[in-house]
Amino acid sequence: MHEKTHEPLIHITKRAFLEPWKALIVRICAVLLALLTAGLFIVLLTGLNPLEVYAEMFKGSFSTNRKFWILLQKTAMLLCIALAVTPAFKMKFWNLGAEGQVLAGGLACTACMFYLKDSLPNWLLILIMIAASVLSGIIWAIIPAFFKANWNTNETLFTLMMNYAAIQLVSFCIAKWVPNGSGVLPILNSSTKAGWLPTLFEKQYFLNVLIVAVITVVMYVYLKYSKHGYELSVVGESQNTAKYIGINVKKIILRTVALSGAICGVSGFLLVSGTGHTISTGLAGGNGFTAILVSWLAKFNPFIMVLTSLLISFLQRGASQIASSYQMDDSISDIVTGIILFFIIGCEFFINYKINFRKKEDK
Amino acid sequence: MATAAIELKNICKRFGSIIANNGINLSVYNGEILSLLGENGSGKTTLMNMISGIYFPDEGHIFINGEEVFIRSPKDAFKYKIGMIHQHFKLVDVFSAAENIALGIESKERFNLKKAIEDVKAICDRYGFEIEPEKKIYEMSVSEKQTVEILKVLYRGADILILDEPTAVLTPQEAQKLFAVLRKMKEDGKSIIIITHKLHEVLSLSDRVSVLRKGQYIGTVKTSETNEAELTEMMVGRKIELNIERTEPVEPVKRLEIRNINCKNREGVQMLSNINFDAYSGEILGIAGIAGSGQKELLEAIAGLQHLESGEIFYNNPKNGKAENLRDKTPLQIKELGVRLSFVPEDRLGMGLVGNMDIIDNMMLRSYRKGKSLFVQRKKPRNLAEKVINDLEVVTPGPTTPVRRLSGGNVQKVLVGREIAAAPTVLMVAYPVRGLDINSSYLIYNILNEQKQKGVAIIFVGEDLDVLLELCDKILVIGSGSITGIVDAKTATKEEIGLLMTKSNGGASNA
Repeated sequence: MHEKTHEPLIHITKRAFLEPWKALIVRICAVLLALLTAGLFIVLLTGLNPLEVYAEMFKGSFSTNRKFWILLQKTAMLLCIALAVTPAFKMKFWNLGAEGQVLAGGLACTACMFYLKDSLPNWLLILIMIAASVLSGIIWAIIPAFFKANWNTNETLFTLMMNYAAIQLVSFCIAKWVPNGSGVLPILNSSTKAGWLPTLFEKQYFLNVLIVAVITVVMYVYLKYSKHGYELSVVGESQNTAKYIGINVKKIILRTVALSGAICGVSGFLLVSGTGHTISTGLAGGNGFTAILVSWLAKFNPFIMVLTSLLISFLQRGASQIASSYQMDDSISDIVTGIILFFIIGCEFFINYKINFRKKEDK
Repeated sequence: MATAAIELKNICKRFGSIIANNGINLSVYNGEILSLLGENGSGKTTLMNMISGIYFPDEGHIFINGEEVFIRSPKDAFKYKIGMIHQHFKLVDVFSAAENIALGIESKERFNLKKAIEDVKAICDRYGFEIEPEKKIYEMSVSEKQTVEILKVLYRGADILILDEPTAVLTPQEAQKLFAVLRKMKEDGKSIIIITHKLHEVLSLSDRVSVLRKGQYIGTVKTSETNEAELTEMMVGRKIELNIERTEPVEPVKRLEIRNINCKNREGVQMLSNINFDAYSGEILGIAGIAGSGQKELLEAIAGLQHLESGEIFYNNPKNGKAENLRDKTPLQIKELGVRLSFVPEDRLGMGLVGNMDIIDNMMLRSYRKGKSLFVQRKKPRNLAEKVINDLEVVTPGPTTPVRRLSGGNVQKVLVGREIAAAPTVLMVAYPVRGLDINSSYLIYNILNEQKQKGVAIIFVGEDLDVLLELCDKILVIGSGSITGIVDAKTATKEEIGLLMTKSNGGASNA
């Protein structure tokens, strides 16, 4: 009377728990598969030997001491922004405005360098620059947070819009500061080095890396052991629970987002005072968004973020190395980076779910 | 013997390392009501979800009228004339009953609402349902909505009906009506499976009872040949005393005075109107009412989580004899006044606890502010966590397990344990045994009794009237946001409370 039906070919079930070593194997397999697939693409599209391409990629970061330091610097800058977005994300405040907050911080810092020049002792100038950067980062972040806390506006759109406001503001200031209309602000105070972060151990980026390392440790302790860190996780997990135990949810939202903006401000300061000594609208270079990836991949653990930001920076450096040594544009390297990230993120599915195939018929 | 309408053989279902169902055998014949009995987490709902196409079994076979079938989706289940009435209704609020019933039926003909209404009326007449097909869902009571759900599956021609805890949301009178309808369906040759853990319902309604325990199939017995004690033993695995001791109140003193409180929800709907009552120390005050009659708002108002339109809440502090007004104070302000108020909310993981945090961090929720240090101290919460795990027999791999991984009963023990550790003077509990097995339920009753002995004023919002009558000293009945009566639990009857529950506007009450 009924048509014959079969057990479905595959069905997916959720795993309750996967042992850490098994999860590690899944992740390693994902990386290997990613390299294999990317290799296949390279051969098909360019006819190059993928092994050589990978070797070249490696050279991008490790062939010279200088390249290695550039890798560290790039990692540190990416990591700094990732650390900045983490407390907000842990509170489930989707701060997509890191790009704008970094720009705001960088702009304040540049303004100090531009107007104060060498009128103050360098240490004092730098302190003022830090304060100005942090403050602007906070202001840029706290505006959407204020609206979110009071009227529950959508922070995703709001923070995103603040990015464009920051870009326009930077363009405006550059146009004001550079009257010749080129739209490019030259390196500031290159003779006096006023407002330049000092070079330690003859390494230009040493101080940048050190500061970010300190922030990493502090952020880890803050999130894991401080009362503030505890409160923001409660608010992120359940606002109802937070209210139930008497946490002032508005206050926590404002405080946490302010912290997020402050570290973005520091990041802007490091990019101007410690790196470029000038500003352009591309100061953050998309890192405000890449940082979100770094933070999520590390599941909001600052120490694991060191690894994820290193991985991403390594891929980016390798990609530009490939592009320059094979005279190709960045697209091929973007493809490789994309494939590797796809596999790394995609493998989480297999860690969380199990796929069951139809068993053989008994008959 | 006749062929079973539906027969399950050796059904297994695992979720990760958890075995939800292991080797379950079950059969239901035409014209029969089968009760599926088991404690929470014993796998009843999982099993029924496999019959209705929501889950797919890992192993085992399902036969309908003797023929093996594979039910891969709810659509397949519908094809085999299986209909499930879930605990949580799935209806479109702005549609009428008839529209909801006819919704989603694929037909080549044009939709004819008049015909649908006639068909619905025909089914109603046949089984004795009372419903207006043109009434909108949002105007309906819970019991009417349930009727619509049942009509929905009957309209689709279901011969096998599964009801998941249908009486949990009904008053005793409504439950009796439902049973009458189910008996008529049975006479009509339908097969009915009813999931429940209320033993008296099992005994009065069903022909046979199948019992599950911890995912295992224990056995099937004829209702006429069994009794409550035997069924409990099958369910729990050992003999259990089913009596709640009610001790005399200890030197009752007015602890909380609720005066004329009114409150509206976010949409501006009046949730509480002119509520007046007192809660005494050393007494358990029960609150009975149909779900959603304002119980949640009342407790939240006392806890400082609801804004009041008007009215006062006085707390008589036993330490200094001062009366504090708690109205419009935040939970933190209430705490700072020295009011030791503990609250076990209905929504355990959404309000009382944080699911993704471990037991230690959940213990800390109440106490983490202590001290001036910037950092949290996890030593004391850890000790407390270990004490609660020990004292309340919480089943967990350890204190660092996230609470969302624990079963419902253990989650509740963690919450109750934390709230009692604060040595409260007022303890409010909302549905504290919902989803708990018999053992854990009695453990919770004992804890409440212990707190009562210590002179705590307890407010207990419950749904099982038998338990309320056995445990409480007074019972306050709430209907549509106002008090419809306050009765003495020692003398009141279930029917009396049931009537008060459905009374729409009780007016003033005398405590």
